Amino acid sequence: MNAKQKSALLDPLFNDNPIAAQVLGICSALAVTTKLETSVVMSIAVIAVMSLSNLTISIIRNLIPSSIRIIVQLTVIASLVIVTDQVLQAFFFDISKQLSVFVGLIITNCIVMGRAEAYAMQNPPVDSLLDGLGNGLGYSLILIVVGFFRELIGSGKLFGVQVLPLVTDGGWYQPNGLFVLAPGAFFIIGILIWLLRTWKPELQED
Amino acid sequence: MLEHYLSLAVKAIFVENMALAFFLGMCSFLAVSKKVETALGLGAAVTFVLTVTAPLNNLIYNYLLKEGALTWLNPAWSGVDLSFVRFLAFIGSIAASVQIVEMTLDRYAPKLYSALGVFLPLIAVNCAILGGSLFMVERDYTFGESAVYGFGSGFGFLLAIVALAAIREKMVYSDVPPALRGLGITFLVTGLMAIAFMAFAGIQL
Repeated sequence: MNAKQKSALLDPLFNDNPIAAQVLGICSALAVTTKLETSVVMSIAVIAVMSLSNLTISIIRNLIPSSIRIIVQLTVIASLVIVTDQVLQAFFFDISKQLSVFVGLIITNCIVMGRAEAYAMQNPPVDSLLDGLGNGLGYSLILIVVGFFRELIGSGKLFGVQVLPLVTDGGWYQPNGLFVLAPGAFFIIGILIWLLRTWKPELQED
Repeated sequence: MLEHYLSLAVKAIFVENMALAFFLGMCSFLAVSKKVETALGLGAAVTFVLTVTAPLNNLIYNYLLKEGALTWLNPAWSGVDLSFVRFLAFIGSIAASVQIVEMTLDRYAPKLYSALGVFLPLIAVNCAILGGSLFMVERDYTFGESAVYGFGSGFGFLLAIVALAAIREKMVYSDVPPALRGLGITFLVTGLMAIAFMAFAGIQL
């Protein structure tokens, strides 16, 4: 693995994180972070779709006329998402029900399109695959951290297992319901971005 | 009947606000909310596209894709179920509608057209638009309901993005910690707005 491939894979984790640095792809996935389990499944789905779409688009990049490239990219991504959705429905039906429309919304997740347009159109297949994988991982990192805190603080559970005993069951933990609702996710991401940018000041905006 | 539609619209605008309750359309929500004027333009474009595409996709789904939907063409096709291609079909009709809006704006409102810039074509991949159509399928809305729902959720997005833009315009004067500037503080403000919108929960007409 050469230096370029390494940076394609590792940069998106912290230095160029798709959510915290590039402000892409916050759209469809945050609604699924109320639980760690759904966050993990969503992350895997996004990683699969992103690496495969980057790979496919990179392979056919010299055949795509530039005037219709958006449509071609969308078709590739949508087909991959359909496959992912069918697989989830076949093997993980309960989780697929919980994710509801958000699997379909991976199509419009700007990060997938963004990487296809910005990276896969100019780079060879292997590099693009690694770039897709790296960005998918960087994205998953945020999703899983958010899912972890929302489930732990909001209901005292991790992966559905009670970690902090609730007051209602005779324990000591009073769950903070705000974190299960939408505002909790916004706050956690805001704070994550704050921490990341304090750690890496070059990401700061003026 | 009218009450039902009104209640649906209120629910779509306030209680289930696309941006603040479902995180849909976040990319453009955060990126185009620096100025009230452009936010208003984008909000109006999203409202229009959602109002058009939700009922349009409702027709496509009910008469072409759903299981047994092709019966009106040929009774022998009553077992055909094309619902798995709905993602592709919806994206196609959305992209076409966005193209029409783009051409109309370019012709009649060139100023707004250049202000929206790259975010106009990006409406096609705005999650709020596709989300509207997918929720419409999941909740079995009728044609009329989907039109009301499309308009309501678009208008809710407009309200939220204009409110955020107004707050961000004022925030220029505040002394935000350097690491929190820009995206970070916007997320925190959005979180507070989401709490405010939660006050509408449970409203029934």
